[in-house]
Amino acid sequence: MRSFTYARAASAADAVGRAGASGTAFVAGGTNLLDLMKADVLRPEGLVDISRLPLDRIEETAEGGLRLGALARNADTAYDERVQTRYPMLSKAILAGASAQLRNMATNGGNLLQRTRCYYFYDTATPCNKREPGSGCGAIGGVNRIHAILGASDRCIAVHPSDLCVALAALDAVVQVTGPDGERSIPFADFHRLPGDRPEIDTVLRPGDLVTAIDLPAKGFAEHSTYLKIRDRASYAFALVSVAAGLELDGGTVRDARLALGGVAHKPWRDPEAEAALVGKPATPDRFRAAARVLLRDAKGHEHNSFKIELAERAIVRALTEAAERKGAPRP
Amino acid sequence: MAQLKASLRPAPAPPPTPIPVTLNVNGVERTLHLAPWTTLLDALRLHLDLTGTKKGCDHGQCGACTVLVDGRRINSCLTLAAMQDGRKVTTIEGLTTGDALHPLQEAFIEHDAFQCGYCTPGQICSAAGLIAEGKASTDDEIRELMSGNLCRCGAYPNIVAAIRQAMATAAPKAEGAP
Repeated sequence: MRSFTYARAASAADAVGRAGASGTAFVAGGTNLLDLMKADVLRPEGLVDISRLPLDRIEETAEGGLRLGALARNADTAYDERVQTRYPMLSKAILAGASAQLRNMATNGGNLLQRTRCYYFYDTATPCNKREPGSGCGAIGGVNRIHAILGASDRCIAVHPSDLCVALAALDAVVQVTGPDGERSIPFADFHRLPGDRPEIDTVLRPGDLVTAIDLPAKGFAEHSTYLKIRDRASYAFALVSVAAGLELDGGTVRDARLALGGVAHKPWRDPEAEAALVGKPATPDRFRAAARVLLRDAKGHEHNSFKIELAERAIVRALTEAAERKGAPRP
Repeated sequence: MAQLKASLRPAPAPPPTPIPVTLNVNGVERTLHLAPWTTLLDALRLHLDLTGTKKGCDHGQCGACTVLVDGRRINSCLTLAAMQDGRKVTTIEGLTTGDALHPLQEAFIEHDAFQCGYCTPGQICSAAGLIAEGKASTDDEIRELMSGNLCRCGAYPNIVAAIRQAMATAAPKAEGAP
């Protein structure tokens, strides 16, 4: 690692104040940031340690939902009884990601801000518009098996690596932020960006912004939901395709539906038209497949990742079928 | 754009300002003065001569560096020593009581759960964390919750058997106890 200065933030306001200096980064769990610093991909001149700020609670909200502290550890969130009972797809998504050690370290806020695992982003000997704007994209025309099939641009085809975020997208979570301009709430769908012509910017956060909490609405689709992750090995691997699915059923008819995909785009992928295609229809594999085709209508593969298009269709049908058939009780 | 370019240049190297860090390591309070970029792993190995904890990949992918901090298993390569100031760290050297091996160490020997042994300290610390967490009861659950520890010799079936045995004999532990 290159040299840097270290300071511990005394409060959220102190953290935001210290983050004003250019080249400063917050560190909480550190699992992704320190890795990227060792790889020389990120080179902060100063770290502000926010890990001891009192933002690690999981609390009820006035609206009947839960507020997940930004500094609550992934493991503590996944194993929280209220999360397991009321938002089983979220618990399952967290436990599908990383390893037990990393989940003990990584925070919820940090999970939102983790960077892509695109090989070219990590390899400083290759061009990457996300790492070094304007240098080009090694993945386009290169090895692109793990890359995006939706929402990519001619500058970047990286995918967001999080599992947690896919469930948060499906659940319509809201990200609470404090920053130099005060506090604001960001709907989850607006939090992450598509690459466009600025792939170096992952989220709508501005310099000095600090994520303080993630709010879950009351509706958790606990009765009929699941998180399905397809990957190259049984555990401890990033998703090739993942699906967070939640259904509200009236007999055999879909009343409400949520569908979010991971591993396919620069952000967790939701498509209102695909969800609308499910509502009011019978909860059958045929209908699920029709919705999957709506969601994937603009999917575009590259040399090595075209398999993801059919994989995503099948994963959506399987996840929705599982969600419809049985209660989404978490399998720890 | 100029600002972005500037941020990509190597940071000017300031002289390292040592940070005082106090760790309770295996029951002994140790105060060190460390450069900010010293990981917990390097603090243990290079500054405290506790070389039982291994550096495998140094990127959180192999689990060889697993230690317990306040009773919870973490990758010591992905945290700064300064971030753990004031905490209680247990390494493989701290699992034994006097000359008596920890039940996991006994079980690993009994089940031949290692070949080269490089991953073993991390495997055992991770298994101690797993048992304290109490989330695994079947072999599949042990495998899933040990997936952050790689064994390139492929001793996995014996590692699972050793952990299953230690789990069966372990009395429920209070949090913080390895």
